[in-house]
Amino acid sequence: MSDEPRISQTSLGEGAVLLLSGDWTARHARLIEDLAARALPQARRIVIDLTGVSHLDTFGACGIAMLREAAGNAGMKPVLMGMAERNAPIFDALGPTYAAAPPMRRATMLDAPETIGRNLTFAGADALALFSMLGRLVSSLGRGLREPARLRFPSIVHHLDRTGARAAPIILLMTFLIGCIIAQQGFFHFRKFGATDYVVDLVTVLTLREIGVLLVIIMIAGRSGSSYAAEIGSMKMREEIDALRTMGLDPVDVLILPRVLALVIAAPLLTILGVLSALLGAGVVAMFYEDMSPIIFLLRLREAATMTHLEVGMIKAPVMALIVAIVGAIEGLRVAGSAESLGLGTTASVVKSIFLVIVLDGLFAILFAWLGM
Amino acid sequence: MAGAPAISISGLSVELGGRRILDNLSLEVARGEMIGLVGASGGGKTVLLRTMLGLLPKTSGQVEILGLPLENASPSEVRAIGRRCGAMFQQGALFSSLSVRENVEFPMREYLDGSDRLFRSVALAKLRMVGLTETDAEKMPAQLSGGMTKRAALARALALDPEIVFLDEPTSGLDPIAAGDFDALIRSLHEMLGLTLFMITHDLETLNAVCDRIAALHEGHIIADGPMSTLLQSDHPWLKAYFRGERGRAIQWAR
Repeated sequence: MSDEPRISQTSLGEGAVLLLSGDWTARHARLIEDLAARALPQARRIVIDLTGVSHLDTFGACGIAMLREAAGNAGMKPVLMGMAERNAPIFDALGPTYAAAPPMRRATMLDAPETIGRNLTFAGADALALFSMLGRLVSSLGRGLREPARLRFPSIVHHLDRTGARAAPIILLMTFLIGCIIAQQGFFHFRKFGATDYVVDLVTVLTLREIGVLLVIIMIAGRSGSSYAAEIGSMKMREEIDALRTMGLDPVDVLILPRVLALVIAAPLLTILGVLSALLGAGVVAMFYEDMSPIIFLLRLREAATMTHLEVGMIKAPVMALIVAIVGAIEGLRVAGSAESLGLGTTASVVKSIFLVIVLDGLFAILFAWLGM
Repeated sequence: MAGAPAISISGLSVELGGRRILDNLSLEVARGEMIGLVGASGGGKTVLLRTMLGLLPKTSGQVEILGLPLENASPSEVRAIGRRCGAMFQQGALFSSLSVRENVEFPMREYLDGSDRLFRSVALAKLRMVGLTETDAEKMPAQLSGGMTKRAALARALALDPEIVFLDEPTSGLDPIAAGDFDALIRSLHEMLGLTLFMITHDLETLNAVCDRIAALHEGHIIADGPMSTLLQSDHPWLKAYFRGERGRAIQWAR
């Protein structure tokens, strides 16, 4: 069906004629290039004769242009002849062929400090963006409290359902397993000291103060923070945010405040569920792994679970959820036009919010130690 | 199969969500033809195009592209057809993570065997053909204006020197000067590369300037098919409204 491209060469005194034939088309791209690279004869002048070419497309024309260019560079004054009239515009459009890729920039010693410096300024910008968003949220909430009609309750309830109610099953399951694991490890190691009774204290203090709230917040960051970033980011890409602005509406009022409020309300509720489920897990392990009677487990639990421990966890939950929601919103608003930036924003929202939550947890530890809680 | 028509559709029906969009539709396009498809918004033009490209399942009927029936084509045959067709989507559909040049090179890298140098040279040539510069070639799709996006999308549709090019509203959203340039561009590419063009458009100017045949899609059928003059003389009420309305009259007047 198609002929392979060929070049046959005839010498004429000081010159040479290259007779091209066959199909100079895309499917023979590699062959065309090889031919063009090898065909150059030793001659003062050459004529490139296209009369025998049965089909020609842009790829073939490009190969011929490469041949012509190579001949020109060797000082041979190449002449093209026998070109079908309808092919002339293809050659006109070709222009100079692309020579070689520009050299890659070499890595230098200075790259590492440069990257560190750049990332530090990004971190500074992140901090600024966080506080600026916090300020906008507070002013939006203030307006909302003065005119409750602007608070968008349906939207808050919708997001509360999505990020709260629908997250409950997975959070219950996860914290139950974590409770089991902590209790099992506790019993296993405390047995050596005969201190198995204190495992209940260990599990209770750990889940009420730290593990319960941290796990729930990390799950929220992965589940809801990232979806906030992706939703707001794709709205930004499709100019929906700009459409809101031109209607005189503030995207913070319409999109961000309801999401943030929903998460701030949902986080403490999910934390309570998580803590209860973890304690249940610990109880199950105590009963089957350690043969501790449920009555004794509950008695020890009553002693260990003070209101203070619960308060510590409950105070942290909404603050951490606030950080997760704000980071999600900021990263969403940073999305530019490409699908790649949407992916980067979603990833960044999870990474940054989990990191900030851990830092915040450390700060809370200092604060509560100082307060004696 | 040199004699086979470029596109042959017979008895095609497509249902989406229980609604019959295309009803027993038949259409044949010869090689080298430039056919324009008109029809009301939401009337199934894009559905027809997407069915022809194999992106939507059909309820019944047959679609042959370059003599190859789509439904029982093997994956390698589908690939071979894809290699010989180019499509330009309404929104451009440029890959947002690749630069304009890389977008044009992408189908070449997928289908052809050749060096970076050849691909770059051909990609730049295609971009020059559609009127983009070397500076534009290194831009990302997000940085392009609407007109430039359309041009870049056309360059990508032409990347493999296809035999058929499908265009979905190539001039929508362009200013009259840019749309006029685009018409001229499509015409000259048609002459240069001997393409078969299948174009969906609402732009009466484009229909008039570019297409040598127009098919009108109404309520799932082709109600008229022929050059502009045939359609202008048609008595079908919808066609009358379409071509002899306020905007259609300007065309008639221009003729």
